[in-house]
Amino acid sequence: MAILSRRRFLQIGSGAGLAAAVSSAAPGAGWADLLGPAAPGDRIETVPTYCDLCFWKCGAIAYKKNGRLWKLEGNPADPLSRGRLCPRGTGGVGTHYDPDRLTAPLVRRRDRGDEEWVEVTWDEALAHVADKLRALAREHGPESLAFFSHGIGGNFLKHTFKAFGTPNLVAPSYAQCRGPRDIGFQLTFGEEVGTPERTDIANARCLVLLGSHLGENMHNSQVQEFADAVGSGATVIVADPRFSVAASKAKHYLPVKPGTDLALLLAWMNVLVTEELYDRELIEAHGFGFDSFRAEIALRTPEWAYPITTIDPETIRETAREMARHRPATLVHPGRHVTWYGDDAQRSRAVALLNALLGSWGRRGGFYYPASLPIPKYAGYPDYPKSARGPVDNPDGRYPFADLGLTNGIRAATLSGEPYPIKAWFVYATNLLQAMPSQEETIRAIQKLDLLVVVDTHPSEIAGWADVVLPESVYLERHDDLNTEPFRRPFVSLRQPVVEPPADQKPNWWIARELAGRLGLEAFYPWRDVEEYLDARLSGAGLSLAEMKRRGVFEGAAQPLYFDDGVPEEFPTPTGKIELWSPQLAEKGFDPVPRYTPHQEPPPGAFRLLFGRAPVHTFSRTQTNPLLAEAMPENEIWVNADVARRLGLASGRRVRLRNQDGVLSDPIAVKATERIRTDCVYLVHGFGHTAKGLRRARGRGASDAQLVTRYAVDPLMGATGMNVNFVTLEEA
Amino acid sequence: MARFGMVIDTLRCVGCMDCVIACKTENEVPEGFCRDWITTEVRGRFPTLTMEIRSERCNHCDRPPCVTCCPTGASHVEDFGSLVLIDHELCIGCKACLASCPYDARFVHPDGYADKCTFCVHRVRKGEAPACVAVCPTRCMHFGDLDDPQSEVSKLLASRRSHTLHPEAGTRPRIHFLT
Ligand code: SF4
Repeated sequence: MAILSRRRFLQIGSGAGLAAAVSSAAPGAGWADLLGPAAPGDRIETVPTYCDLCFWKCGAIAYKKNGRLWKLEGNPADPLSRGRLCPRGTGGVGTHYDPDRLTAPLVRRRDRGDEEWVEVTWDEALAHVADKLRALAREHGPESLAFFSHGIGGNFLKHTFKAFGTPNLVAPSYAQCRGPRDIGFQLTFGEEVGTPERTDIANARCLVLLGSHLGENMHNSQVQEFADAVGSGATVIVADPRFSVAASKAKHYLPVKPGTDLALLLAWMNVLVTEELYDRELIEAHGFGFDSFRAEIALRTPEWAYPITTIDPETIRETAREMARHRPATLVHPGRHVTWYGDDAQRSRAVALLNALLGSWGRRGGFYYPASLPIPKYAGYPDYPKSARGPVDNPDGRYPFADLGLTNGIRAATLSGEPYPIKAWFVYATNLLQAMPSQEETIRAIQKLDLLVVVDTHPSEIAGWADVVLPESVYLERHDDLNTEPFRRPFVSLRQPVVEPPADQKPNWWIARELAGRLGLEAFYPWRDVEEYLDARLSGAGLSLAEMKRRGVFEGAAQPLYFDDGVPEEFPTPTGKIELWSPQLAEKGFDPVPRYTPHQEPPPGAFRLLFGRAPVHTFSRTQTNPLLAEAMPENEIWVNADVARRLGLASGRRVRLRNQDGVLSDPIAVKATERIRTDCVYLVHGFGHTAKGLRRARGRGASDAQLVTRYAVDPLMGATGMNVNFVTLEEA
Repeated sequence: MARFGMVIDTLRCVGCMDCVIACKTENEVPEGFCRDWITTEVRGRFPTLTMEIRSERCNHCDRPPCVTCCPTGASHVEDFGSLVLIDHELCIGCKACLASCPYDARFVHPDGYADKCTFCVHRVRKGEAPACVAVCPTRCMHFGDLDDPQSEVSKLLASRRSHTLHPEAGTRPRIHFLT
């Protein structure tokens, strides 16, 4: 029995250094003075906006007390939050008060990575960047600039760089996260899963999760719906090497061996096909290549999968039958962060195929058809210039199914100078050193650059390597573009400033427009102020900024969600069918039906390194937030209890992890637990910061990114599988 | 007189700590302290495990030892909802109540008085749910009058299996966990 007691929370939360750091938090005001229930006479104001603690973009209501930010609640009118934010969203208050924020533009003083700076004015910083970019464009062409970004905040900068003339625009959310999933589904149904995921969890009668740890992974709507599904008695099946929170809600927990999920998926399909439990009507009407698919899948019996997955054949059969019993309301969740082993697009395709057999696509309790509100783009922009040269990230279409830019492809081109040199990186809101595998390659690529500019709210690790750092205001202090992500009902939501930035931080739209001005691209910013831009877009849809400022969210009319409501049964693949056997893959020389290939095993005495998420943090960007850091100040390394006993490691003991290439992590506390297999260890991503300026987070826990020196590139679409590293544990 | 309590559905709870963070921003909870917290109880051997996740706090007990042992009357049972509250002015910070509470629900505030969950009495008086209940993304928490058979909490208790914490302590806690 392991009890995480409040005493322990206090002990961690009030650790030495933390209290000291906090007292300097908000000059002139103690934390507690800012919070606390409103007293009579307090002036309370509310401002609707949408959250930026992750990319889910939930509608929120910010409360101010006597002019200062007090608390954040969900906007009841918002379909994503349904009036309730996740813990990160609630703790978003801390982003504004975080004492570790960047406050002024910085220019590098010494060597890259030394984190030694001179503070400069915005004018100096932007003039410097613009001069450099113009010189680079003259010498190497505008394509020699690559832009890396994460999230909606990158929209305006992307606009500036398209106007500048580079096609090299990338985001780690593709090749380091969800890209393979979307390709796997596109190859099968002709459509991707998208974001927010079009999963109808709320109505699922059977939910299957493979490694996807909803509840620890807090994408708000999904977790709300997961609780609804559990509450209404849906059957949950979880396959995970770790007994996740979701596993604790499951009727069937399958402790699958890491790296073998594909074999399990194939065996499940084998049962559905051989026992004729699949959706025959759908497959006959819309399936392509079922006979060839059946012939291949016939080989993948539960007995075949048993020694691979360690899941016994009876359990595989029983769970497959359970899925069939509830179809089409059986949802095999496609996951989100799926870059695990380098065969991720094929594994995701297997997930899509299993859903196809269950008939869940386009069905209630499966995958619905989302819609976004048709808000027109801003009309007054000139055409972007045509780039003379195409993007560098996927030369000769090496990864034939990549449909977005590859960060790792840009990095490779920067290192090789082929097909043409990349001389500048402009990085917005993504800590590439924590997001991409092989920090060593990233740093080597940076050393080849003439210019690295980082826009961030914090002095992150990637900012530490920059030549120029531009401090951005946090979401509570700025506007951003409109959120019109496709969802159940189309909607639009507005981000607007709640409070002023505490120092000389600027919003991304301002940075993008000022930079464009200095690059001679004024014509691309006909609007003077972002409100003018937002109002123009909104009025194009018959809405107004004034009204959106009051409401925060506007929902359009309900659209049909399922085939049964009148969504046409169309599958925009080349054959117009659900491609069970894929001609597209066959043509390019790939397996037309996914096949399991064994992955390298950990050497004796070593463990596979797995990583995931915790509910109170997002990536590596929230660890200095005072509220969230207090809730979880550092990560732990999960080690199976028996293994820990054998190694003489009790919970709390500090160890270092050494990977197969000799890289040694920072010290991390052991969590000896029954909740994980013996052949792997697990930690939460985003900790183990090394940047000097991240005072609250630095030296707390270990970084998986540091240990991911190896990665397996997906031959279909170029994503980087990262669960291919092995570690041993050493006394810290 | 109402007898406020909570019914928390452990099947829905994912232990995300939203309740903890919402309490901290809503109330005057200084850095390093919390009025509610998450407990995770794992039983069994891998892979045959069960896990109960609970959002815990002061139980506003029917028989509160913290009130009985308080030398100054600072810890008291409020007429409004039978809440167990602390009068900061009367509290001398002697910690007798901290020792008497079987749930470890109390701490000494840096300003010198004993502090703990109030069931967000300031919100409840306005007809709102406590912050932790209102924020919970899994909607696992319910608040209401345990004496009213028509209240949501009473109905939930009647319809599901539940347990309380440390029933052996004889405090008659008013937070019930559905299992
Ligand atoms: S899921 Fe949480 S962090 Fe993400 S946008 Fe919603 S409230 Fe914010």
